[in-house]
Amino acid sequence: MKAKKMISIYINDVQYKVADGQTIMQAADALGFKIPRLCYHPKLSIEGACRVCIVQVEGQKNYTASCSFPVFENMRVHTNTKELRRARRDIVELILDNHPRDCHTCERDGVCELQRLAYAMGIRNRHFEGERKHYEKDLSSPSVIRDPDKCILCGRCVRLCSEIQKVNALGYAHRGFKTVVMPAFNKPFSESVCTTCGQCINVCPTASFVEKNNTQELFEKLDDPSLTKIVQVAPSVRAAIGEAFGLEAGKAMHKELVSALKKLGFDYIFDTQFAADLTIMEEASELLDRIQGNGRLPMITSCSSAWIKYLEHFYPQFLPNLSTCKSPMSMLGALIKSYFAKKLGCDPSRLLSVAVMCCTAKKHEANRPELAVEGLPAVDMVVTTREIAWMIKSAGIDMISAKGSDFDAPLGLSSGAGAIFGATGGVMEAAIRTAYELYTGETLLDIELQSLRGFSGIKEACFTMEDKEIRVAVAHGLGNAGKLMEIIKKEPDRYHFVEVMGCPGGCIGGGGQPYATANSIPLDEDFLKKRAEALYGIDRDKTIRRSHENPDVQRLYKEFLGRPLSTVSHGLLHTSYSKKQPQGIIAGGGNNEQQ
Amino acid sequence: MNSNDDIKLQQLKEYMQGFTKDPHAQSNLITVLHRAQELYGYLKQEVMEEIAYSLAVPTAKIWGVASFYHYFNLSPVGRHVISVCMGTACYVKGAGLLLERVRQKLNIDVGATSADGLFTLQEARCLGACGLAPVVMIDDRIYGKLSAEGVAAVLDSYANRYKNNKQQSVVRSK
Repeated sequence: MKAKKMISIYINDVQYKVADGQTIMQAADALGFKIPRLCYHPKLSIEGACRVCIVQVEGQKNYTASCSFPVFENMRVHTNTKELRRARRDIVELILDNHPRDCHTCERDGVCELQRLAYAMGIRNRHFEGERKHYEKDLSSPSVIRDPDKCILCGRCVRLCSEIQKVNALGYAHRGFKTVVMPAFNKPFSESVCTTCGQCINVCPTASFVEKNNTQELFEKLDDPSLTKIVQVAPSVRAAIGEAFGLEAGKAMHKELVSALKKLGFDYIFDTQFAADLTIMEEASELLDRIQGNGRLPMITSCSSAWIKYLEHFYPQFLPNLSTCKSPMSMLGALIKSYFAKKLGCDPSRLLSVAVMCCTAKKHEANRPELAVEGLPAVDMVVTTREIAWMIKSAGIDMISAKGSDFDAPLGLSSGAGAIFGATGGVMEAAIRTAYELYTGETLLDIELQSLRGFSGIKEACFTMEDKEIRVAVAHGLGNAGKLMEIIKKEPDRYHFVEVMGCPGGCIGGGGQPYATANSIPLDEDFLKKRAEALYGIDRDKTIRRSHENPDVQRLYKEFLGRPLSTVSHGLLHTSYSKKQPQGIIAGGGNNEQQ
Repeated sequence: MNSNDDIKLQQLKEYMQGFTKDPHAQSNLITVLHRAQELYGYLKQEVMEEIAYSLAVPTAKIWGVASFYHYFNLSPVGRHVISVCMGTACYVKGAGLLLERVRQKLNIDVGATSADGLFTLQEARCLGACGLAPVVMIDDRIYGKLSAEGVAAVLDSYANRYKNNKQQSVVRSK
């Protein structure tokens, strides 16, 4: 590759050598200037909507948006003049003018980019008073609430939904002052193609998108003495919750979290990782079954709820490829309402089954009728990492310095394979660890499968089990998932087994994870890496690292399920999904044949 | 959809056929929306969905375009569409009075359709006929140099066409 031409530019009268072909902002970032910004996001296309990142370029009549303007030879840029500071302050003030003045009662108080920006710009007086918009909140989705009043039209959500997730649930409608970000035809979220992934919440700089908050309801249920309260915790929650308490990313917090949940009032703290091991038992068996000719290949994983909803709308023709396994959350919920209820000798309707998830789509999943157990929901309530962090703070529990404890038996013990579920490629890695040994009867020596780790959009690998070659692929983020489905459309025999996670990075990057802190940005890959590393660390520290070696899973089969894919398993742990309306449109591509 | 709509849909599909092989099919979106409005009188949701499949443009994007432009009607319109030009020249020449007179006469607001289904009232930004200001356009005919009473007379002339037959309640899309 030809090296980029170096040119010289002046920033605040100091000469620098920078690579040609980049924007002023990119060049300035690399030189240690952080020009204030709002609508800009390095993973998204350039919008230039907010004008916060203006700089003065000598020779230009107006201030220039540094996010979209390329550097040129001998360019003289000023980033910090009195006039610029005033202009930026006015711009942010004008944005605030059409924004509710309710910071102290807002969901994102303290974790709001607009609030931080207003602080940084030094807005201490309000000079403008103008018309303010007012729209109803969209409360229709079980996962994501849309509040147009808080929207500042930066367009990050629209770009994320169309460029990264390629779902295109959101667009700008109407124009000028009346512009609103909304689903097609101003339909409620629940009637749109929205997959409930919640990434719009993560990238929104304000509280225009937030999860449906279940914390008050949960506090009330925790006070109900007639209920036995049971909670499960997803792998990725422990890898990120520390961030919500100001700790550096990448600290595994499961022990602290377990004791905090006990203090909150839960009677039993179970681990979704236990169910991840169980999922692997069922899924690996299903894979081997399908490879031996029973069922459609490639088999595709079914853990990610946003992914399932995406498939139902966009690629229903691949629903038969989906593993029939329920997600680990729903498997554990089903066991709580059956196996564990029996063990307790308790009416399952008196059990409160709560799931703490890194995910907003799980709230939607918990509502799915196809996952009910004898007419009862397997999971009664889902709260996100953010919500549980707030509850712990609100209840006055010191999670950080408290002595940790372990998950409860019989649904709390997990292998290392269960932990890595949270990172992209983790389910595949866990499944291969078990499938290999089930198929060959031999021990897989090198169980850290590097080819499945990391954050490239689509990863491919090939494993040999005796005479058999197993070709696999892993995608994370729905945009990459769509790309992978197009590959499979063209080459149906290319893979045997495919893992898809709806969110960038896998569950660790879920829509329910702590908001970006002051020194990071949403979807920050460094954060994702650290969270993944926390999970790989948990795996390394375990003696048992293969799902089929989990003694409590083995006991569960012996006492209750029989064997993988047994009739009991099928009744409780497997399900099927069906095509949903409206049909998703793959933008600019494929063939959107009407189905 | 009734059979009349089936024929229109067929026509629209044939029209789009010319674009679907185009590698940049989506760049024909506005042209196709124009054709759809010509056929149906307004952009109905089912039709926009049909366009979405054919041009591979997500419905949220189509909705964005359709709701952005004044020209596109998002609900059924009357048999005749009245556009009162509120551009600068017309406005100075008294377009506001014309608009007021039409509102009063038809007893509707801007954007609404009269009770008999004959007229839909719209405002327009400069129709490009400033020499004739103030201007009112009905369907695709221009009426210039109008007074408030003049515009009332023009409306009467349209209404009179329907006096003697039974086609009173005629919303174009039905």
